[in-house]
Amino acid sequence: MMAHLVIVPVLLPLLAGILLLLLNQRSTVLERGLSIFSIIAQIFLAFKLLSIVSSGDILVYALGNWPAPFGIVLVADRLAVWMLVITALLSLFVLLYAIPVTERAGRHFHVLFQLQLFGLNGAFLTGDLFNLFVFFEILLIASYSLLLHGGGRLRTKAGLHFVVINLVGSTLFLFAVGVLYGTLGTLNMADLAVKLALLPLGDSALVRAAGLLLFGVFALKAALVPLHLWLPSAYAQTSAPIAALFAIMTKVGAYSILRVYTLIFGTEAGLGANLIEGWLLPLALITLVVGMTGVVASTHLRQQVAYLVIVSIGTVLTAFGLNTHEGIAAGLFYLSHSTFATAAFFLLANTIAIRRAELDDRLDPGTIIPHSRLIGALFFVTAVLLAGLPPLSGFIGKFLILHASLAHEALPWIMSVILITSLLGLIALTRSGSLLFYRAQPSKVLATGVITVHPVYKELLPIVGLLALCVVLVIGGGPVTQFLHFTAEQLLQTSHYIQAVLMTGELP
Amino acid sequence: MEALISLIIGVLTACGVYLSLRGRTFPVVLGLTFLSYAANLFLLAMGRLVIGAPPIMADGMTGYTDPLPQALVLTAIVISFAMTAFVVVLALKTYKELGNDHVDGIHKP
Repeated sequence: MMAHLVIVPVLLPLLAGILLLLLNQRSTVLERGLSIFSIIAQIFLAFKLLSIVSSGDILVYALGNWPAPFGIVLVADRLAVWMLVITALLSLFVLLYAIPVTERAGRHFHVLFQLQLFGLNGAFLTGDLFNLFVFFEILLIASYSLLLHGGGRLRTKAGLHFVVINLVGSTLFLFAVGVLYGTLGTLNMADLAVKLALLPLGDSALVRAAGLLLFGVFALKAALVPLHLWLPSAYAQTSAPIAALFAIMTKVGAYSILRVYTLIFGTEAGLGANLIEGWLLPLALITLVVGMTGVVASTHLRQQVAYLVIVSIGTVLTAFGLNTHEGIAAGLFYLSHSTFATAAFFLLANTIAIRRAELDDRLDPGTIIPHSRLIGALFFVTAVLLAGLPPLSGFIGKFLILHASLAHEALPWIMSVILITSLLGLIALTRSGSLLFYRAQPSKVLATGVITVHPVYKELLPIVGLLALCVVLVIGGGPVTQFLHFTAEQLLQTSHYIQAVLMTGELP
Repeated sequence: MEALISLIIGVLTACGVYLSLRGRTFPVVLGLTFLSYAANLFLLAMGRLVIGAPPIMADGMTGYTDPLPQALVLTAIVISFAMTAFVVVLALKTYKELGNDHVDGIHKP
């Protein structure tokens, strides 16, 4: 049973999704119960795997027991399992928020939600490049349907753009995979790394082109400038729980960049070594600036949060772009923090917007909303997290990144961009907060359009939960940073991963 | 034959890129379809073009065709078929909801 532990996080949401589909929305209680059970089981599994891999073991599961370069493998190393933990925790709170708020806006919400998790978990665990493509498609087709869930004109339009650009991205992915297979003759990531190191000079241009094409695809998923334009409208127009769940979607792009460019095109890749080193850092810094400009210029709260997602991806990739193990560890810390914080902000923005009637999420002073002190306090905490002020995890993340960049030659650029954008973020969030809460007028007429069909605590508890996870990142800062440090070390020592993968399947 | 196949892939890709940059949803959908056809042919060609050879190595055999790209293409075809179906339905939905078939939803006579 223990040997099959690696595949369970992939199978569980798939089976739960199929069961939910068979239920066909007959019983709401059963549906919610099954959905929540599946996610709690995934959290349990993720932590179980975490306790195993934290010793430095790499678990490899050969599907159908085919030996490694010939069959598909699932690989659970520290990075993959850490991403599983983040995904599972995020999805629990998102689901708890979605149940009273948007579950009934369209059909098959729970089914799509579980299939989305199936795609995400698979993408994190797979050790095969073509399989990564397949899981990308699974998570994308679930995300298309979730994005459009509930309907509406603007949502449909944003959805069309999202679908078209991702389909183009998938095609490019296929071209890149094709070139890699054509020149190297394998698609197993560990085997690709081995073959690439022995590449003859004649093929190096082709492989480098494929590697950069692949970078383009991952940059598109991660919303790196200049491929970020699809994100703000898609995230701002979709329903809040989905936008919150999508906080992890851009991180899949970041994860893929980290995985492929440390393992396959890492320092030991011969002619393909450090392929994107000259690209990643400048693009990430530009992303930060462009994203933060968007945050400052936003006229709607949801739009502002969507731009904050771009800022967070810029920050994470800046850290990864340092290409040192302090940088990667700092980036992973910031990735965890920003996933929870932006998700919480999306949910909070919805909670505020539905209480402001026709003003919705427009950043204009309106009337005082019900429970404004409680909601305002949560807004304050979230803003502190995202602006990166002490004592919360945003500050620690940014501090770690700056600390890691001290030895880097581009230090003045990194330092100035991160500090100036943090200041701009602080100003923008302060302005939003004061417009929404301080300058609100007490209403003379009783607001009639306000929709509060469900008690406020049901909406606020998941948000508090997500913010609490950020606090846990601070309190448990020591063990977490240490773990991420080891994760980065494991990523940069590719021989360990390659050995673990290519040695499996030889057992009887 | 290599020249012919690469020409076909090139033309399909060029048509696909051109059409997917058009302003109305129907050409865009067609463009995406062309792009995925190009990608499928490209994947197939990556196993090298060999005709009349068995896919399995055996004693005394001199050449063989690589069966893996065909498996990859099969997967890619299924996925792109599903995606095309989805995007067609979505394009119809946007047409109904926005009242015209422009990708930005703005009607330009």
